[in-house]
Order: sequence, then structure tokens, then C-alpha cells
Amino acid sequence: MSDHHDDLPAFCHPVSTKLLFGVFFGLIALTILTVATSALGSALGMPPAFAFPLAMVIATMKAFLVCAFFMHMWWDKSFNVLAFLSSLLFVTLFIGMTMMDTGEYQPTIEAFDVNNLANVEVSE
Amino acid sequence: MAVADSHDTHDDHHDLHDHGEFIAHHFDSAEQQFDSGKLGIWLFLVTEILFFSGLFVAYTLYRTNHPEVFEQAHVFLNKYLGGLNTIVLLFSSLTMALGVRAAQLGRNKNCSIYILITMVCATMFLGVKAVEYSHKWDMGILVRSAFNLTYTHPTPTTEIGKALHISDYLVYLCVVPALLLAGFIVASVISKLINKGTLAKFMIAMAITVSGYFLGVCVGIIFMNATEGETGSTHASVIAEQPLMLLASTQDDHAEGDHDDHDKAAAASNHEGEHSDHEEHFGSHPADGGEASFDAHHPDPSTLSRDVGIFFSIYYCMTGLHAIHIIAGIIALAWLYWRSLLGHWRTDYFGPVDYVGLYWHLVDLIWIYLFPLLYLID
Amino acid sequence: MVDASTRQKLFGTPETNFLNCTKGWKSWAFTLDHKRIGIMYLIGVTIALFLAGVFALVLRSHLFTFDSKMLTDDMYNQMFTLHGAVMVFSFIIPSIPAALGNIVLPMMLGAKDVAFPRMNLASFYLWIIGTGCLLAAILSGKGLDTGWTFYTPYSIDTNTGVIYATFGAFILGFSSIFTGLNFLVTVNTMRAKNQGWFKLPLFVWSLYATAIIQVLATPVLGITLLMLIAEKTLHIGIFDPKYGGDPVLFQHFFWFYSHPAVYIMILPAMGVISELISVYSQKRIFGYSFIAFSSVAIALLGFLVWGHHMFTSGQSLVVTLIFSAITFTVAIPSAVKVFNWLATLYKGSILLNTPMCYALSFIFLFGIGGLTGLFLGALSTDIHLHDTYFVVAHFHFVMVGGTLTALLGGVFHWWPKIWGRMYNDFLGRVGCFLVFSGFNLTFFPQFVMGSRGMPRRYASYDPEFQIFHQLSTVGAFVLGLGILLSFVVLVYSALRGPRCSSNPFRAASLEWQSSSPPDFHNFIHTPVLTDPYDFETQVYDEELDTYIPREFANPDKVAPRKEPVHH
Repeated sequence: MSDHHDDLPAFCHPVSTKLLFGVFFGLIALTILTVATSALGSALGMPPAFAFPLAMVIATMKAFLVCAFFMHMWWDKSFNVLAFLSSLLFVTLFIGMTMMDTGEYQPTIEAFDVNNLANVEVSE
Repeated sequence: MAVADSHDTHDDHHDLHDHGEFIAHHFDSAEQQFDSGKLGIWLFLVTEILFFSGLFVAYTLYRTNHPEVFEQAHVFLNKYLGGLNTIVLLFSSLTMALGVRAAQLGRNKNCSIYILITMVCATMFLGVKAVEYSHKWDMGILVRSAFNLTYTHPTPTTEIGKALHISDYLVYLCVVPALLLAGFIVASVISKLINKGTLAKFMIAMAITVSGYFLGVCVGIIFMNATEGETGSTHASVIAEQPLMLLASTQDDHAEGDHDDHDKAAAASNHEGEHSDHEEHFGSHPADGGEASFDAHHPDPSTLSRDVGIFFSIYYCMTGLHAIHIIAGIIALAWLYWRSLLGHWRTDYFGPVDYVGLYWHLVDLIWIYLFPLLYLID
Repeated sequence: MVDASTRQKLFGTPETNFLNCTKGWKSWAFTLDHKRIGIMYLIGVTIALFLAGVFALVLRSHLFTFDSKMLTDDMYNQMFTLHGAVMVFSFIIPSIPAALGNIVLPMMLGAKDVAFPRMNLASFYLWIIGTGCLLAAILSGKGLDTGWTFYTPYSIDTNTGVIYATFGAFILGFSSIFTGLNFLVTVNTMRAKNQGWFKLPLFVWSLYATAIIQVLATPVLGITLLMLIAEKTLHIGIFDPKYGGDPVLFQHFFWFYSHPAVYIMILPAMGVISELISVYSQKRIFGYSFIAFSSVAIALLGFLVWGHHMFTSGQSLVVTLIFSAITFTVAIPSAVKVFNWLATLYKGSILLNTPMCYALSFIFLFGIGGLTGLFLGALSTDIHLHDTYFVVAHFHFVMVGGTLTALLGGVFHWWPKIWGRMYNDFLGRVGCFLVFSGFNLTFFPQFVMGSRGMPRRYASYDPEFQIFHQLSTVGAFVLGLGILLSFVVLVYSALRGPRCSSNPFRAASLEWQSSSPPDFHNFIHTPVLTDPYDFETQVYDEELDTYIPREFANPDKVAPRKEPVHH
């Protein structure tokens, strides 16, 4: 929630101190949570495959808090928000296509290593 | 702009009254100027995200295709130091947000205090990072080509290192900040003497900022000792001292020659069907030292994949690039601090604080992802 | 209707203009005026063009005979690399946006300047530093022989000046980002009052689409080149197979930027052509919104096709198929533009002056360049054609036949606006003829020999290809002569040409409402918003020398409005 000041210009939205501190403590709590799940996760019987997505979900929650309140995105022009979020789309595209390709040819590389070494032996 | 003022056939003089000194000639209103700057900084953040994306792609690919490398590497990262740095950075984000609020309300003094705290947190972050880096360099944890894990902890050769029992690398990393600290103190004294009160204030604040770095170093060392204190002492004497080089170029020939040997060795061992290609040995086998004790946190270097250094290549690239952004952020914050001292911020003119704030939060945001990606792999 | 005094107030002539309002080299070196920065950029890219053009002529001379000894093989490699790198990074990418766009874009929006004038100047100085670093590769005596693409692992192993050149390209990337970011913000926040998105000239749309690419793709080039520098100095093992890295990954990184960068090169050219075709046909552009959105579509699709540069370099089959399929979709928005230009020409009152000649050349050459791209996008033909002169001819048809032609057309179009002087149109057309014929003579034979298997980047070749190479070399010199002639015509006119009115070509977009040369603030009064493509219902006011909405015209001189006939 932003403070409402009648005498401020339209583009000036100070965020209340209470909210900022609230967000900060939320972020700290999430940080402790993510360290704790990483340190104790396996001890508590969490499957290892689960750890990475969980850490990413927590990081994204933190990112949301920072973006929305510290960066005032909640009150910002939708065009700015769109511009910022679109960058994530392009990063996804970049990672996605590249990963699809390297994943596809990875077995070829691994196979090639062995063949290559075999050839070395033959030539020796 | 001088050119603009010298030439005024302009009809829009009415602007100049409410324009104030901070509205550039080509904008019609404070709001247009603010909106332009805001969109500009958001787009800049977009470029920053895509700039970092290359490293995230490299990270994702190597993690997907060589998970064993990441499994083996993560034990060398101290998640408590990482967590400490996360909290420091989050706190700096809070003070930055408070600083923006103060600027928006035209409270220049509060704004300057918050910005100062933000800068101190930033340098503290770098101090902790320096402890981390120097610790890794000591152990020979370097980029792929120079990676040579020994757990050695060479005895310090510099006087300061000897006196304080800290790594030489840490001493080197403290040289520039120490010089800066001295410089700022001298500058503040001089500006006091020549009666430049604001400048003196600024220089003192800069000195405080730089001392944040040393605070970070101290806290980092304390944390390091508390969480893996025994590492340094037990392993320090394991192996005879071996000079470690930072720059791979100096080790190039060695590394390449080494590698060829490995290839042949691997080929031979493959032939014998004993070892797979991935289990290669590093140049110096710690078993030579005889009394090495390995555990989950101090794995035998000879069991590591030869590509484990790639993880650290990515680690150094990511955290290094992030640190460069922090340094750039400190410079921008110093500029804001100076302008707050001059009392520039008003309810209709606080754009620069807002923009630098957004940049600072982005740096924080990237760290929010780097932390679990680099430190919390299990 | 408005009275004479109001009209005078709106369209008065300033006493000084941006060229003479301040004097001395400092007033140029530290100027924040977009028009002056644009002119400095224009001079800069011209120098880069001549430099890289001389490299090209040396290459072509070397290839005149099949066993030429003019250059050593190493020198040949360095020559084509520098030709490519300087042309791409220092000339084509900044040419239209940073030079022409800088001058025209704010005026098309009725703005006084771009949103961030300091950043604009910084962009120019970064361009100088970056180009200097690229050239430092030669001056250091090491040269550069990787090709402009810096492919690993060769770029890691070679001892030539890769670090200088990659650092230069890195800096040039930031110069390009600064321009793009500036344009995006300028178009978003500084449009004239009531100037909606669909009242913008199409050149603005195309610059906007270009800027999207510049902002989104160029940072990836930055990080790629930094990682390459790190790989070369520290051997971090990300791209270098010797240390467990993946060289194909470098190609992904590189083309994630460099394919969209191809559209950074061509989109602004398309925008220029949209302006020229409409003005010199004196006819509303056909399918405005289709052209506008096709620019954005090309920009976005451009991000999805980078893998078509990697069909034969170890990319996996699945991804290759996907990239090939998406590549064909790029043809759609490109063709939409060409059809719309042709439809605009239909029944227009066509004025065949120099800019229009260039515009028509563009449509022809871009048509060939674009269609041959489909041959290369198709998997089976690409296997045969990849790394042959067919590819060389294809991208030269797009980049030279497209971008350079459009740049020249645009320069001839806006030249009287910039200098207030008219050029010799006959000599301009002769120059255009030489460029067009020389260009075709240079590159058409390359299609033929490429399809017969002549590989690119080779210093010597089989005797059977000699006749094609000789035609090509002769053509290159004709092309060079044409560019030189155009250059002379332009420079002469800027200095000595007859004075011209503010709107000699009867264009309707806002930049023509300013005087020629424009005032420092572009317009001495807020310009009257016009529809840039309306040559029918708006009135051409001879006295004011501009198209204006009917209500601003002098009622005595304007024929009553024709009622539209409905069928």
C-alpha cells in the first residue's frame, strides 16, 4: 500500500515504511527457509529431485517481493512491467532452445569421446 | 545546456517557471522527464538481465549435461557465508527502498543516511566475497584450466598476512580498499581545512563506506572459522607448499601438456577397463602428503571429475560480474549521496534516486537467484 | 480556419539553424543535439564504409585470377575478416538508426530531442572507441583472421588480435544498445500531443522494432564476447573443447544476437523505403498497419531462427528442423511489406528522382536477397549451398542491396532537410544506376558459382570459376565508383548546392514542417499534427510549403473538399 499524499505529484508514490519492513522480514524468512531446506532437506526425508525446484520457487517468491514492492512494480505503469517481464520470456527462449539442442547432441559427444580414444589406440 | 540557453526563439517560456533547474530543455514537464527516465531504466534492467542470461544459460547447460560436476563442486561453497551475503544485500535493498521513499518526500537528510547505509552494506558484501575468493584461491580452486585442488593453504608470506594469519590473496584484495580508505580520510581532512564542509562530509561518508569492506572481511573470517574452522588448520600442513597462480596464461603450457598426458593416461586406463575417462587425477596427488584426511566436505581431489573446474569457471564469472555490478552501484550511490547532501531531491524531482534504486534492486535480484544456484546445490 | 497571424506564428522561419547557431569544434564535440550527433555518426559510418569498402576491393582484385599472388593466404584471411567485422559492427548496424534515425526520428515525433541526449552522445563516442579497438587489431600488427563471427575453437587458438576485436565489438554493442534504448523511450514518451501510435511514420515503427532487438539481443553479444575473452585469457572451459567446453554453444550464443542483428540491419532500411515509396508516389501507403506490425513481427520472429546459421555445424537434427520451419515464417512479414510497397506504387504519381530510384532498386534487390534466403533456410538445399558464394551473394543482396541502397535513398531524401540545399538529381541518378548495375554485376555471378560449389573465404579457386570472379571484380569497382559519385554529389550539394525550400519533395510527415536546415529546437513552434501519409484530404499549402490539415489552410486558396464517392 502506498501512502496517500495529496500534495505530491501524480507520479510520486512513496511506499509506507511499514510495508517496506514487512517485505524485508519476509525476504529474510524466505532466505532462512531456503538455507534450512537445503541443509536439512535430505535429513527430513525430502527427495533430492525436489530440492532444486523448491529452491527456485523460494527464490522466485523473493524476487516477486523485491520486484513488486521494493521496485514499486505493483504501482508502476503496466508498460514498464511488461517490458521487464518480456526480458524473462527471451531468457527462457534462449535457455530453452539452446538446452534442447545441447541435450540432443550430448550423447553424440559422449559417444565420440570413446570412439576418438579408440582411434588413438589404433593409430598407436 | 549552454547551447540551448544561448538560443531562444522558443515560445514555451511558460515551462521555465515550473521547470526548475532540473528539467532538461527537451522535456515539457517533470512528469514526462520522470516517465522517460523510468522507462529508460527499466529497459536498461532488461539489457542487464539479458547480459546475465548468457551465464545462466551456461550454468543450466552444464548443470543439465554434467550434473556430477555440480554435485562434486558444491561442497566447496560455504552456504552460510552465501546466506550472510544474501542477508546483507537484502538489508541494503531495504535501506535503498527507504532512501527512495525519503527522496520522494523531499527529505534529503534521511535520504543521505539511507544511501550511506546501503553503500556500507555493498562494501561489506564485497568484503565477505573477498574472504570467500581468497579462501578458494588458497585451496587451488580456480577456473577450469588452472583448477588444482590441494587444500594447501600456503603459509602467508606478506608481513600483514603473517601478523594476522590471513591469506596472502586476502591481503592483496585489501590493498585497493586500504588505499581508498586512506585517500578518503586525507581528502576529508583537507576539505575540512579549506572549509569545504559538504565535501568533507562526503569524503567522511566515503571513508565509512570503504571501511564497510573491512567490516565485511572481519565478519567473513569469523563466519568462515565458525562454520568450517578446522579446514584451515588441519589441511594446512597436508602438502608441501605449492605456488598457486591466478592467471591461467602462466600455467597454460603446463595445463595443456598435463591434459595430453591425461588423455593418454585415460586412454590407457580405458584400455585396461579400470577407470572411466572422467576420473582423472590432478597434477599433485594429495596422497603424496600421506596424512590427508578426506570427508564429505573435503573430498579426495583424485576422485573429482576433471571438469569440476568448469563449475568454478561459471562461479567466478557469475559472482565476478555481479561484483562488478555492485562496484558500479556503489559509484552511482556515491553520486546520489553527494546530491542528497546538496539537497537536490524534491517531491517532483527524485528520479535519479528511484532509477539507481531500481538498478540496485536488480543487483539484489540477481543475487537472489545466484545464491541457491551456486551455494545450495544438493 | 485560422488567420494569417496564427499561421505565421505556427510556421515562422527561425533566424538561425542547428548548423550555425553555435560555432567551433567544441560545439560539435560536446553537442547534445540529435541532429549534430546524427551528422557525426553519418560521417563516421561513411569513413567505416570506405575503409571496409577498400578492403572489399582489395579482396576482389586478389580474386581476379584463380592463382593470384597479390595477397598471401594469411593476408587474405585478415582482409575478409576485417571487411566483414568493420562493415557489420561499425557500418551497417549503426548506419540507418544511429545516423539517419538520429536526425529524423525526434523530428518525426515533433520532439525537441531524443529522451536522453547525453546517452546519445555517449553512444557516438562508444562507436568511435569500439571502431578504434576493431582497427587496433590491424594496427597492432597482428590482424584478425577468424571471420567476423569469432567462432571457437579457432578464435581461442589463433594468435591474431581477437581480444582487441572482440573488445571493440563489445563496446560497439553498447553503443548500439544506447541508441536503441534512447529510441524506445523517445517514441514512448515524447510523441507530439495526440500523435497516436498509428499516426507515426512507418520509419518510426521500423526504428522502434529495431530498437527492441537492439535492447534485447545486443547484451547477449556483450556477454558472449566477454566470455570469449575470458576463455582466451583464463581458459574457463565453457567454449573451449580442450577444457571440456562446447564450441557449438558459442555459436548458439553468437547467433542469438547476430541473427536478430541481421534484422537490426534490414528493418530500418524497410522503414526508409516505406517513407520514400509513399512520398514519391504521392499516395497513401497501402496497408499501413500491416507494414507497421510486420516490422514488429520480423523483430520478434528474428529471435526464433538463429539456429539456421548452424545447420551444418553439429546442431542436432530436431532443433535444426524446428529452426528451418520457423525460418520460413520470416518470409511472411517480409513479403507483406514488399506487396504493400508495390500496391502503394500502383496508380501513384511516381516521381523518379534519386531517392525513388534507390527505393525501387531496394525492392528489386531485397526481393532477390530475401527469396534466396529461402533456399538457404531449406535443409536439403542448405547442405549443398552452405559456406559457398551463394551465401555470400545472398547476404550481400540483403545487406548491400537492401541496407546500403536504402541508406543512400534515405540520405538523398533527407539531405535537403539537413543542409537546406539541393543536390544534382541527374548525377544522383547516375550514381544510383552505377550502384545498382555494379552491385548486380558483382553479386549475381556469385549466386551462379556458389550453386556450382565455389566455397567462400578461399584465397584461390578452380580455374573454371575465373570468369565469374572476373565479372564480380569488375562489378565491385563499378559499385565502388557509384558510391563515390553519390558521395561527391552529396558533399558538393551540402557545400555549394542551390538553396531549397523546407519541403522540396512535398512530404507530409512532421519533420518537413521545420525549416531546412531545422532550428536548434527542430520546430520554432509546436508543429501542427498531420497524417504522414495523407496526400488526399490534407491540403498542400504552397505558401507554407507543407501538407497541413484543411482547417489550417488559407481558405481562399484551397479548392472545396471533394466528397468521397461511395460505390
